[in-house]
Amino acid sequence: MNVFLGIDLGSVSTNLVLLNEEAELIDSIYLRTGGRPIQAIQEGLRVLGGRHLGGLQVLGAGTTGSGRRLAALVIGADVAKNEITAHAVASLREVPGVRTIMEIGGQDSKIIILRDGVVVDFAMNTVCAAGTGSFLDHQAARMNIPIEEFGERALRSTSPTRIAGRCSVFAESDMIHKQQMGHKVEDIIAGLCEALVRNYLNNVAKGKDIRPPVVFQGGVAANAGIRAAFEKALQVPVIVPHRFDVMGAIGAALLAQETVADGRPSQFKGFDVGIRDYVTNSFVCQDCPNHCEVVQVIEEGEVVGRWGDRCGKWSASVTVPTRPKVPHWVEGAI
Amino acid sequence: MKITFPRMGTSHIAITDLLKGFGNEVIPPPPITKRTLDLGTRYSPEFACLPFKILMGTYLEGIALGADTIVSSGGVGPCRAGFYMEMHRRILWDLGYEVETITLEPPKGHMRDLIKQVRRLIHVPLSQVWTTGLFVWRKLELLDIIEERAYYLRPRELETGSTTRALRKCLSIVRSAKDMEQLIEAEKKVEEVLAAVPIDPDAAPLKVGLVGEIYVVLEPFANGDVAETLGELGVEVDRSIYLTKWTQENAFLDFFRIPADRDAKRWARPYLDEMIGGHGIINVGETVMYSRDGFDGVVHLAPFTCIPEIVAKGILTKVSSDLGFPVMTLYLDEHTGKEGVRTRLEAFVDLMGKKRVKEQGVAR
Repeated sequence: MNVFLGIDLGSVSTNLVLLNEEAELIDSIYLRTGGRPIQAIQEGLRVLGGRHLGGLQVLGAGTTGSGRRLAALVIGADVAKNEITAHAVASLREVPGVRTIMEIGGQDSKIIILRDGVVVDFAMNTVCAAGTGSFLDHQAARMNIPIEEFGERALRSTSPTRIAGRCSVFAESDMIHKQQMGHKVEDIIAGLCEALVRNYLNNVAKGKDIRPPVVFQGGVAANAGIRAAFEKALQVPVIVPHRFDVMGAIGAALLAQETVADGRPSQFKGFDVGIRDYVTNSFVCQDCPNHCEVVQVIEEGEVVGRWGDRCGKWSASVTVPTRPKVPHWVEGAI
Repeated sequence: MKITFPRMGTSHIAITDLLKGFGNEVIPPPPITKRTLDLGTRYSPEFACLPFKILMGTYLEGIALGADTIVSSGGVGPCRAGFYMEMHRRILWDLGYEVETITLEPPKGHMRDLIKQVRRLIHVPLSQVWTTGLFVWRKLELLDIIEERAYYLRPRELETGSTTRALRKCLSIVRSAKDMEQLIEAEKKVEEVLAAVPIDPDAAPLKVGLVGEIYVVLEPFANGDVAETLGELGVEVDRSIYLTKWTQENAFLDFFRIPADRDAKRWARPYLDEMIGGHGIINVGETVMYSRDGFDGVVHLAPFTCIPEIVAKGILTKVSSDLGFPVMTLYLDEHTGKEGVRTRLEAFVDLMGKKRVKEQGVAR
């Protein structure tokens, strides 16, 4: 079967998807990155390759997420795109008229504003991780509630407790205080959902013109309590796409499909990347006072990529990239 | 007396010559590294802005190299940067480094003080002051021209990184020019080096204006190499601030009451008619002007906790929606991981690219 591969290499999770030529989702896999990004990609490729046993012809491969350039190097991707563009492309496919995308993942959150199918504004959280998946995970664990049940239990509350939402540290101490005063657990977690939504709207979405249709995606979209809190705060229906958790990877696969649409062969190295030997290491260059930390990726004993040097002499020693004829921003133009 | 001073972009190359030409022993500020930032952060108030912390580190490194005197400029308008030299001095004295400090305030309103301070730096006859001044000014102009040319070449280069390599070569050529004769020779060599960068003459790159607080706009370490990153993403950068132009406007023209940045202030007026300190009002005006000049967008650089830039950001949101003109603010703080800046810049470039494709139908 002919497929397009998309990989979203994030700080917390690594997602891989396969789309067929009609851009339908064939298979997907979710892994914890666990601080070992290359191993996560390799495991993903081994599992996907194993499920389809040689029956896959990859026509194009794309990567996104904070590790997109590393992932692109390892698998031989045709395109490596930032998360904003990847999420927007995937969301537009699912909800064609979308005008607002809210995305909350493990470590970061973003808002994307679109008009007539084009991104016109966006923002990502800057200095604070309050209101992301990791914080919810942490609070659920502290209160002994499985994260899967967290949202449902929030919905059972009739009178949410007021929780301070500016900062996760403040929120936590406020929660503990309310819990010691005897507030019901359901009310506290419903209050936390509302605090988190308030924090998102006041920080990440500050100054943004939120108009429906509003799409909510990313891992936190699984949480029914947060969804309800968004609908209450925004007073519009919030659409959660069917595969809200792998939208970045779907976007990367769609961008790969567009990139190879001119008939060029894919650069994808094959599923045996999963069994090759990769080592990464770093060294501090002592040649000038900048003391750059240079990272290198070694595939089967050969250095295939280097970066981190300000002067470019180490990165240039591996490959001399030439600029493609078409400026890269035209790729994927709708 | 061994003098050191803040490092900002490429200006230290010429400032070193200036102070030496005036007969001083100079400790040129070492390149800003993570170590500089570590030192500066350790001894600065937590809420101080990034430029304060970098300068703190630079001074400590200069002192370690033997400096006993620090020269810095004062501030323009109501911005706490005007008090930074005094703050730095008190912290250094508390640490046991009893350095002399010389603060050069803009001439308007401080003429007598400025003359007094400058005289502390001059140990040569007046004729030599004059030749040094002319030489250094021309060198500063050449340094600005080189950077401006690099912004033009980078999005057009055929081989990624070739402009940056040529730029480094040019800077070392300029650095080694010791007198006017050698400088004129250097101007020719620089021209040859830049002309040798292979480019695509038909490219029509996106054009972005760079506005913001002067230190983070001029110093690549402070802004995560934003101009270089944009250039290599295929964007032509126009920097709103160059040191020579800024000095002309704020030190000379302003003194003679010639309002040099009147254009920026005039275009800012519908949004902001008040000097709010730092570069706040200028950034608003420059953004309107970039929009009128057919640019594709503006990147606004703001040190985290900088009040003038926080105000400017709020106003720029309105400017952006009124004019349908993309503006992105990057808050800069201590993080040295460049991936976050890169991700936002890439997304911003995609946004501008698609806007252009949509409005003009073609990409180039």
